[in-house]
Amino acid sequence: MSEIILQIDGKDVAASEDMTILDAAKKAGISIPTLCYHEEIEAYGGCRLCTVEADVRGRTNIVAACLYPVQKNLVVRTRSEKIDRIRKMILELLLAHAPDAFDLQDLAKEYGANKDRFEKDSSFCIHCGLCVRYCAEVKKKNAITFVDKGKTREISFIPEISAKECWDCKECFPLCPTEALQAAFVLAKAFTFPSSFLESAPAK
Amino acid sequence: MTRINSVAELEELRKGILSKKDPDKPCIAICAGISCLGLGNGDVISAFKEEIRKQSLEVEVIATGCHGFCEKGPIVVINPEEICYLEVKPEDVPEIISQTVIEKKVINRLVYTDPLSGEKATHMSEIPFYKNQMRVLIGHNSKINPKSIDDYLAMGGYSAFAKALLGMSPVQVLDEIKKANLRGRGGGGFPAGSKWETTRNAPEEVKYVIVNAHEGEPGAFMDRALFQGNPHSVLEGLMIGAYAIGSHQGFIYTRHDTPELRKNLDIALAQAEEYGLLGKNILGSGFDFKVEVHFDVGIFVSGESSALMRSIEGKAPEPRPKYIRTSVSGIWDRPSNLNNVETWANVPLIIGRGSEWYNSIGTERSKGTKLISLSGHVCNSAVVEVPMGTSLRDIVYDFGGGIPNGKKLKAIHFGGPMGGTIPESLIDNPLDFDVLSKLGASMGAGDMLMMDEDTCLVEVARYFLDFLSGESCGKCVPCREGIRQMLNILTNMTKGKGVEGDIELLEELSEVIGEAALCSLGRSVQKPLLSMLKHFRDEFEAHIKEQRCPAHSCKELIALEGA
Ligand SMILES: Cc1cc2nc3c(=O)[nH]c(=O)nc-3n(C[C@H](O)[C@H](O)[C@H](O)COP(=O)(O)O)c2cc1C
Ligand code: SF4
Ligand code: SF4
Ligand code: FES
Ligand code: FES
Repeated sequence: MSEIILQIDGKDVAASEDMTILDAAKKAGISIPTLCYHEEIEAYGGCRLCTVEADVRGRTNIVAACLYPVQKNLVVRTRSEKIDRIRKMILELLLAHAPDAFDLQDLAKEYGANKDRFEKDSSFCIHCGLCVRYCAEVKKKNAITFVDKGKTREISFIPEISAKECWDCKECFPLCPTEALQAAFVLAKAFTFPSSFLESAPAK
Repeated sequence: MTRINSVAELEELRKGILSKKDPDKPCIAICAGISCLGLGNGDVISAFKEEIRKQSLEVEVIATGCHGFCEKGPIVVINPEEICYLEVKPEDVPEIISQTVIEKKVINRLVYTDPLSGEKATHMSEIPFYKNQMRVLIGHNSKINPKSIDDYLAMGGYSAFAKALLGMSPVQVLDEIKKANLRGRGGGGFPAGSKWETTRNAPEEVKYVIVNAHEGEPGAFMDRALFQGNPHSVLEGLMIGAYAIGSHQGFIYTRHDTPELRKNLDIALAQAEEYGLLGKNILGSGFDFKVEVHFDVGIFVSGESSALMRSIEGKAPEPRPKYIRTSVSGIWDRPSNLNNVETWANVPLIIGRGSEWYNSIGTERSKGTKLISLSGHVCNSAVVEVPMGTSLRDIVYDFGGGIPNGKKLKAIHFGGPMGGTIPESLIDNPLDFDVLSKLGASMGAGDMLMMDEDTCLVEVARYFLDFLSGESCGKCVPCREGIRQMLNILTNMTKGKGVEGDIELLEELSEVIGEAALCSLGRSVQKPLLSMLKHFRDEFEAHIKEQRCPAHSCKELIALEGA
């Protein structure tokens, strides 16, 4: 596969043509923040935290690094006033849902995001889709899915599948950047494993 | 029906159809468009059928597509005279049959009366609403039976396709579309010719062509009017495009909730197939083409090109990032050319009459006619077709009949939840893609929402965001969360809970959503709001600083004022 030279933050970086900006940056040791990206699953483009500036043929585009394919002579800036402003706002929007999530707090510090800027809606889930996609793509079980659309979209365990699969797996739990997955599982457990749920309930 | 194997046979068939048609035979064309059906035209249609059966008359009754003058529905046109009856009720039917159909007398009570002069107009061509339009796309709606391919053939249908297929090379067809400067009618105004060319030149052998008939914008109803009323005109455009692009498989993506449209489409495809206009070796040319119909899942974002293609693949309609265009990598990663219903319907006209004719209509950079649906505070909610370049004032007053209840026009909103608003003071501008986008209001699909002086624009901005909050896919953060917060802020404003800094925060949110969202839905959600802030900023400020709604529309603010 032929090699492509592009520029990231002023550095010439070599990449192969099937790489994204994020891949190339990683290889060159340049870090770009991500929330919905995971090496084992297909890039998703949901969180938009990896947004960078990319100059193509004299035009500056705002693109998601985890999806944008590298090209010859591409000039990428991973930080700029605009990029920082976008990341700060994205973090503030997410902190309205999960003000205590560790991953978000660290990033918030770096970008000066205020966790109280927006009206709170403590539903925890930030819709990164890691749990859903990990289960579908890596475990091939599809025990978790997104339901609904727009602002009422949420994750949901599918009881018939999760009753069989989840108890001994739980591999998606550590992927979740918030407490949402745990909470959803506890809820689902109440339906899918009524007996075990009762057992684990505190004794009278 | 027998299969047609050549252009000669097609012309033979056409001659046969025409010779069997008696031009003097009465034909009652009853509008079965969505608006007229909603007004009870189903009963009128049954009443006519019943009456004709009772009297054993030799009269044809057809349920047609929208005639355009929806405000005055249910509409009935008695052909061949084109006597136009408005607001017809089932009780009127026996009289129409005995007086007009049999005795050829006009029933004065049912014809158009000019609201100002009181003058009557009996024939469609005399009614001012129709007289000054240029109805090259939708004009046949009141004459043909959309369930009959023979009606379409009788008016010269499929001759442009035959001309392209056997008289022109695919590149010649493509060049003609390029020379015509046809621009997409679905919202973007993108040149159709160059999009076709991209798909044509894409290396992958298997290519697709698609009709976007999703029409999800609230207030848009012209695509359905055209597609339901004259499905073959869109189909013929698609076939010509397929030939030019080198595609052998077409898709129609349309609404699941319009049964009449669905029925007409199924019939149109079946009839085209029976005649061999779809299938293998069409008209003996060696060209193969077939078409499949897919239905939307009732969510606005599924009209977006990449989401639509996902949906056709049988997946959830979630947009994909457009770093590779769908014209190169669309359905199943194959080159896929998507155009709007109206865009496709222009194609047979351009090939049939030539690009020079097409270029004679419209403005410098917006050619041809445009279908417009009028709604909101306007006397005539309607579908009109006018040449590009027509002044907005003429559209609102001549065709729309002005603003009802003696109110003044305040603003016009174009393009629904991804469009923009202009104030009344800009109404002398022409209907033109580029002029409208310069004013901050893209033409959108051609839906114009009139707003009178009592309309609160904070509330309208809120309404569009409320609509979008349930109609985006919810995948990416800026769109899903940004809409949620913008909606919160605007809702607070309408309740007198706006605070200093809200407008600036809305502007900051707008910037981030507009730049960072994944698809063009997210990247456009801020457009209505920004256009309203541009032209009506003081109205937003009054809600915050004085807790006052200048239009006296926000109920909770009126209550505050009274206190
Ligand atoms: C959220 C969203 C919804 C859309 N809905 C429609 C629609 O209902 N009908 C349509 O023709 N185009 C719609 N579009 C535009 C299409 O993506 C596409 O640009 C268009 O169908 C191309 O056809 P044209 O070039 O002939 O206009 C929509 C775009 C977005 C972003
Ligand atoms: S539950 Fe957690 S992992 Fe799953 S989508 Fe929500 S935030 Fe992401
Ligand atoms: S911008 Fe909105 S509609 Fe488009 S992908 Fe993101 S959430 Fe979905
Ligand atoms: S990491 Fe790229 S969009 Fe989330
Ligand atoms: S629906 Fe009947 S005139 Fe429009």
